[in-house]
Amino acid sequence: MSRAQPEEPTGGGWTGTIRNQIAGRLPLEELLPTRQPDYVRSWVYLFGAITIAALIWVMASGVVLAFFGPQWWHRSSIGRFFNSLHFWGVQVFFVFLVLHLWTQFWAAGWRDGRGPTWVIGVVAFLTSIVAAFTGYVSQQNFDAQWIAVNAKDAINATGLGAIFNPLNFGQAYGIHIMLLPVVVVLLVAIHIALVRMKGVVRPIGAPAPGVSGAATDDTEASA
Amino acid sequence: MDSPAPYFHWGFILFSVPNLVVTGLMLAFFGVALIAPFPTRHGTKSKKQNQ
Repeated sequence: MSRAQPEEPTGGGWTGTIRNQIAGRLPLEELLPTRQPDYVRSWVYLFGAITIAALIWVMASGVVLAFFGPQWWHRSSIGRFFNSLHFWGVQVFFVFLVLHLWTQFWAAGWRDGRGPTWVIGVVAFLTSIVAAFTGYVSQQNFDAQWIAVNAKDAINATGLGAIFNPLNFGQAYGIHIMLLPVVVVLLVAIHIALVRMKGVVRPIGAPAPGVSGAATDDTEASA
Repeated sequence: MDSPAPYFHWGFILFSVPNLVVTGLMLAFFGVALIAPFPTRHGTKSKKQNQ
């Protein structure tokens, strides 16, 4: 008995509409490409990838820290080790995020319909700063207290003091481990999906792929 | 480690030396990444790229 072949999507219903939209805008060959345009052969294009690697590192070490708690990460040697992994992962994350930002700024990465990619990247950057801040005030040490006491005045000055108190460990820690990681990962996922949909921006002045004189040792550019 | 970091102070510019070092290293890293040759699959650039 032969197995029935799946029918072509007809677009019926909201699930079919969403499926067709995703398949049309972001097919698998664009999401997971095996080749890239020639101009991607530069070290500067690794900055974004290293930032993502650091984010994965930070998330993984953060899960371990959240599981065992502050006493563990301050008092045991393995806890201090994971605390350091988390801290230095964040340093690597921000260093390469800023290098990626410099690259995209000087390459005018918002060109050719990539405005949303740029804006979501900026929003992800700003959200990451808030995530880092809530992490600093969640350390449960004198450093955290010093930062939180100073930040209290700044937060009050913005008018947000009534809803966010950096001296409130539970509030800062909850936001740090529950709310902001989800937001950052979601924004980064959308950012990467947009990069894959639009492709890597061409260097300024470079002819479009397929045009005579362009570097063409690639598959069709995704732009 | 328990003492305050030294600061670079020039006019209105106030920078801690550790921040200055990190910023300098990032600028150097960015410059090197721009000009350092990127290894290709066969160790050489393709003919098309050199054209």
